Amino acid sequence: MKFAVVVFPGSNCDHDAYHATRHVLGQEAAFVWHKDTSLQGADAVILPGGFAHGDYLRTGAVARFSPIMPVVQRFAEAGGPVLGICNGFQVLLEAGLLPGAMLRNRSVRFQCEHVFVSVEQTDTPFTSTCRAGERLRIPIAHGDGNYYAEPDIVEKLEARRQVIFRYATASGAATPEANPNGSVHNIAGICNEGRNVVGMMPHPERACELAVGSADGLLLLDSAVHSVGRGDLITAQ
Amino acid sequence: MRARVFVTLKPSVFDPQGTIVTEALHTLGYAAVKDVRQGKYFELDIDAGTAEEARRLASEAADKLLANPVIESYRIEIERGAAGSVP
Repeated sequence: MKFAVVVFPGSNCDHDAYHATRHVLGQEAAFVWHKDTSLQGADAVILPGGFAHGDYLRTGAVARFSPIMPVVQRFAEAGGPVLGICNGFQVLLEAGLLPGAMLRNRSVRFQCEHVFVSVEQTDTPFTSTCRAGERLRIPIAHGDGNYYAEPDIVEKLEARRQVIFRYATASGAATPEANPNGSVHNIAGICNEGRNVVGMMPHPERACELAVGSADGLLLLDSAVHSVGRGDLITAQ
Repeated sequence: MRARVFVTLKPSVFDPQGTIVTEALHTLGYAAVKDVRQGKYFELDIDAGTAEEARRLASEAADKLLANPVIESYRIEIERGAAGSVP
């Protein structure tokens, strides 16, 4: 299968995503510049981490107006799998492809550490090879990862099983102590109603080889390969 | 014409930065300051014929880009005194 990795000016995890999909998983991967208007026939799209356009106004606020974004939106609306990681998640929120917004971390510090997240749902293209409740050890690196949505929106997310990852202890408890940024309901990642668009603050692409401390993140990218391989997802134009 | 746009977090949204500033002021002895909410301030120099037009443009800019309606609200002031303008 083929992954498209979108590159905004200021993206800095684009090469990590490319390396994980191309070299670790052995799949096809292509960089797509944010001013491009084609996803080069990719089967899945990754919006990588970084600081798109410097994040000067708000995280992701300017990136959502990049020419590639309407293309990503159409791909998502047609059911194509889209994974937004960290800044990519923030871009998806600003673009309205996922509900909610990011606030500054409760600590008002840039949090850079390995955390545990529990896999809450396995019926998305990026968690299909995970076990429900499975804990993954994946790094976070962000200053604005404090997920917020109005209480009624959070209620809907929970009711529709759109919370995909939660910050948890090593044994899987979503405690306040395990929450690194103050996110409501310990939310680390969510999906859209169609379940094909997933946004998450932790960096699975930085946890794909034991040499870097954890290979748990590989499960997510490998899930996409399996999901696309089963033919239940479309291919980009 | 100049439009002043004040973007603030909605009252229901927790403000981590404002909280830190409040604590800092308390440390400095300003116990009378009960709470601080931090926001953003923009000055837009707008080529517009009337104050209404300037307000409309500023409002559009705020809706599209300057504020995130999920967490923020905004208030606009059109500056009096610029050439031929009315507030």
